Amino acid sequence: MGINRRGFIKVAGLSTLAGLTGKTALSVLADEEAEQVVRTGEALSAKRWAMVIDLHKCQQKNGCTACIDACHAIHNVPDFDNPKDEIKWIWKEDFEGAFPNQDHEFLKEDIRHATPVVFCNHCDNPPCVRVCPTQSTWKREDGVVMMDMHRCIGCRYCVVACPYGSRSFNWRDPRPHIKEIDPDFPTRSRGVVEKCNFCAERLARGQIPACVEACEEKALVFGDLEDPESEIRELLRTKHTIRRKPALGTNPEIYYIV
Amino acid sequence: MYDAGKVITGIVIFLALVTFPFWFNVASGNATYTPDPKIITPNEQCMADTDYMKRNHMDMLDEWRDLVVRDGQRTFVAPDGKTYEMSLSNTCMSCHSNKADFCDQCHNYMAVDPYCWDCHIEPQETTYGYK
Amino acid sequence: MIEKALIGGKRYWGWIAILSAVIILGLLAYLRQFSEGLTITGLSRDVPWGFYIAQFTFLVGVAASAVMVVLPYYLHNFKEFGKMTILGEFLAISSVIMCMLFIFVDMGNPIRIVNMILHPTPNSLMFWDMVVLMGYLLLNVVISQVTFSAERKGIAPPKWIKPVIVLSIPWAVSIHTVTAFLYSGLAARPFWLTAILAPRFLASAFAAGPAFLVLLCLIMKKFANYDVGRVPLKKLGVIITYAMSINIFFVLLELFTAMYSDIPEHMHHFEYLFFGIDGANFLVPFMWTSEVLAVISLVLLLIPKLREKTSLLGLACVTVIVSLWIDKGLGLVVTGFIPSTLGKVVEYVPTMPELMITISIYAIGFLVLTVLYKVAIAVRENIGYK
Repeated sequence: MGINRRGFIKVAGLSTLAGLTGKTALSVLADEEAEQVVRTGEALSAKRWAMVIDLHKCQQKNGCTACIDACHAIHNVPDFDNPKDEIKWIWKEDFEGAFPNQDHEFLKEDIRHATPVVFCNHCDNPPCVRVCPTQSTWKREDGVVMMDMHRCIGCRYCVVACPYGSRSFNWRDPRPHIKEIDPDFPTRSRGVVEKCNFCAERLARGQIPACVEACEEKALVFGDLEDPESEIRELLRTKHTIRRKPALGTNPEIYYIV
Repeated sequence: MYDAGKVITGIVIFLALVTFPFWFNVASGNATYTPDPKIITPNEQCMADTDYMKRNHMDMLDEWRDLVVRDGQRTFVAPDGKTYEMSLSNTCMSCHSNKADFCDQCHNYMAVDPYCWDCHIEPQETTYGYK
Repeated sequence: MIEKALIGGKRYWGWIAILSAVIILGLLAYLRQFSEGLTITGLSRDVPWGFYIAQFTFLVGVAASAVMVVLPYYLHNFKEFGKMTILGEFLAISSVIMCMLFIFVDMGNPIRIVNMILHPTPNSLMFWDMVVLMGYLLLNVVISQVTFSAERKGIAPPKWIKPVIVLSIPWAVSIHTVTAFLYSGLAARPFWLTAILAPRFLASAFAAGPAFLVLLCLIMKKFANYDVGRVPLKKLGVIITYAMSINIFFVLLELFTAMYSDIPEHMHHFEYLFFGIDGANFLVPFMWTSEVLAVISLVLLLIPKLREKTSLLGLACVTVIVSLWIDKGLGLVVTGFIPSTLGKVVEYVPTMPELMITISIYAIGFLVLTVLYKVAIAVRENIGYK
């Protein structure tokens, strides 16, 4: 044998590396068969989805959680009995927590004690998208900040980067803690991040988000900001609205009428 | 050679261990077992023919999940021109709803453990006992 | 050369056995975490990063500090560092391996980690962290392998290794800068959103890393009969002194900006750290310990008569390491989340499985270090290195 041990290991290691990368490179470069897909006409489309929430209407019914119940039910959001593992896509936060630096000691009483519903703001300039190392979260052309559960590696960088605490991580298997599984939507597995997805699956079927539909007071209004005739634009034109942490430059697309 | 007895004994034992899967399967009757996936909806036609599906359903689902989630495209046009929603739970399993008798048959045989069903719901499990 | 690690006395194998036992226990804890999820840690919705990422942050600094011995020896021909440089390079290798392990155990879906390579994302600092860490590991492995095998053969190393060594110096700075950027670019966390974070990281790295190296040299002298000499330890002492002084200065700068500006978002995190908020004060004793140890270390380091006594230098190094470990780990990573983005105080306490996995990763790092040092020292004994 003319080769020594180190030489053998070097050759073996390099060949293995070449073999693995070669196969990956080939499959990445290989031409994919053209998929036969069409876009159906029934989906709702927009250039820039956003929502306006009327805090006054929202506070009409004491203890109302219609939007939260609807969202968590159709999306199979689990209910753990300890706050450590909590997963929530939408919830009620006190005004000071939702709008830090926008409250003060002598604020109008009904606003000061309000508990606005909060969820992912689907920011125009989302910091979570910027930090994700695998592009498991991205901003769709129509404005929705999406999650790809298949790709998420569970590093939680997006959870760290979100200034609004909108994202939850599956610290454990959620299935046993889902009260009633809705068969039309998947659950998640442990180890991925999840958040409000603006009901992208409903939008594709031509339906508005579940929270908007569930609110009896019609406090939530969903629409396209780029459509000057839309109800949402009318509301923004006529009422005073605020957003959460505007100074951070994230450009959140959830507006609150105060 | 030195220690010929020990070396040859060692080689024999090694060969026996290395070929264990083969002779054990023959001896226990496993070798003649073939998976028998049961199709419970014989009248419906699948999106593509059985042969294609057997070979390509994994790649197809892999492409589908990116098309649906990442590209927002949910409708698939089959070779025969019919359109389907690209969904494991809502489309594939609406016909192949018997996971244990269909999907698991081949998967268990091949010792393959796809994690699809960690998230995507098998039709039977509509309620999962809440403790 | 690796076969040298298989020859050792009772003490050596006893040490390996202890490390192996710890590693196996940690592996069992990790298997539980792998199947049940990260719920068995103390992490929560409001504190998504904790002990694992804290260790990672601290060890990236230790890894980067190898540059502190490489730079004088290779760039400035400070030959007195000769016996120590390989120890520094091996410390870097061991630290980077530990860093990668800590990130791996922190992932929710570790088997998907390949996605970071399949879908490269240049706008994400985490992607660059992976790139620079892997590059640094590769650099150190190549450099130490090439220079050491040349030394063993008694010839000069090949000329091409010089630019590679020079490259490793800014690369070392980059690994810690990129790690600092992971934190300092986030609008969501005002506690980290400061330009001085990267300089702070580097200063504490160049204090803690060489401190580790000093302790390792002292251990090697006692247990392996390998004496690097008085001069390298003296010089390292000076480096540690400068780095620790600058680090303390940076901490005071941070405290001033937060306290004097009195901006709640910046103030509250320091308030939690040093005084607690509304009874939530888990970190308060740790932080004060860290500051007291820092002061003690400064006294021991700044006074030359004390610093130059080997035993006191060793003590100073221990205080530096413990102080900075608390400061960088718990004081930096965890505090970024308390109060949360919504102003709530949710505390974080690591759990037993978390600690077990952490200790076992440190054991893996020490095992790598032990094996590499054994090889280095055995080879040098063989060739009669002076």
